Amino acid sequence: MIIEHIDAQLPGTVTDRHDFRGDQTIVIAKENLLAVVDLLHREGFQFLVDITAVDWPEREQRFDVVYHWLNLASQERLRVKVPVADGESVASLAGLFKTANWFEREVFDLFGIRFEGHPDLRRLLTWDDFQGHALRKDFPLDGGDVFCMEGCTAPYNNGERGGE
Amino acid sequence: MAELDINDAVMTTRLDAVVNWGRKNSLWPMPFGVACCAIEFMSMMSSKYDLSRFGAEAMRFSPRQSDMMLVLGTITNKMAPVLRTIYAQMAEPKWVISVGVCASSGGMYRTYATLQGIDRIIPVDVYVPGCPPRPESIIYGVMKLQEQIEKESLSMRKDHIARFYESLERQDALQAAKGLTSQQTIREMLMDAGERGVGTIF
Repeated sequence: MIIEHIDAQLPGTVTDRHDFRGDQTIVIAKENLLAVVDLLHREGFQFLVDITAVDWPEREQRFDVVYHWLNLASQERLRVKVPVADGESVASLAGLFKTANWFEREVFDLFGIRFEGHPDLRRLLTWDDFQGHALRKDFPLDGGDVFCMEGCTAPYNNGERGGE
Repeated sequence: MAELDINDAVMTTRLDAVVNWGRKNSLWPMPFGVACCAIEFMSMMSSKYDLSRFGAEAMRFSPRQSDMMLVLGTITNKMAPVLRTIYAQMAEPKWVISVGVCASSGGMYRTYATLQGIDRIIPVDVYVPGCPPRPESIIYGVMKLQEQIEKESLSMRKDHIARFYESLERQDALQAAKGLTSQQTIREMLMDAGERGVGTIF
């Protein structure tokens, strides 16, 4: 139902969608993120459950930044995906939702996606001078550790070692 | 004649033997619990298994008041400097039991985040296998440590600990010289050790 609302009020924004047994997902361009968030908030989707990302190394726009929303009144859920290329940044939601601050830091830490306007974009889970971004699929599983080398290779990099 | 006068009031022994006898029967555990092994440890300390029977009654959550460190769980690279600091702060003489596969070898976590065995950064006396080990296993580990304490000489233990402090000084010097974080310093030391073909940094 919310997807129809978005379609009606921001025509052409939703580039792809699926709706399977209450699992509603839309894909939007990163330029439209703030407009969609604004609309969602007015429609009652005021709980930002999670921000995460998915790495698709074979795709040109390699990452999906994934936002999960919950409408507390109707208990409706919505997943919003924003495809971005390596090196591109997405608008930060930290000014609108305080919870976005740590979510975005986590995505930055593990995928290396930058968030425009984030007040404090530092690593969150790994240590400060950690090399690379651990949840990218071409990150070596052992992080190039000399004690961890035997028979330990990551997919998508032809078994080669080394970080970025 | 003199022996008869003294009767059984005096007994001769070696200093090592009597000191070690005291040490082995009054170990004060310091639990460094970070994962499932720590739950088994709680069971081991409580009434059913009751580690108190072995003289390890006084559990202290402060390193300054304990001399037997039990590392219970997965130690990450991020946590490595903390583990070294806590070991350094413990009262001397001190012993370490590595409980479970994660602490002993990284276990199934052969990844960028997990330290592949705590014996790379601090000296370990006893390894307890298992994932997690049953309380009986950890008690068996404590008994093995007691056997070991019984046999060691006082100077042996002193040198053992001094070697660790020496590596801590090296770490501080390297960190100050290169301006690195503590994680990066330990990583550099490990990389260097790996190239020289040794497994440890102390």
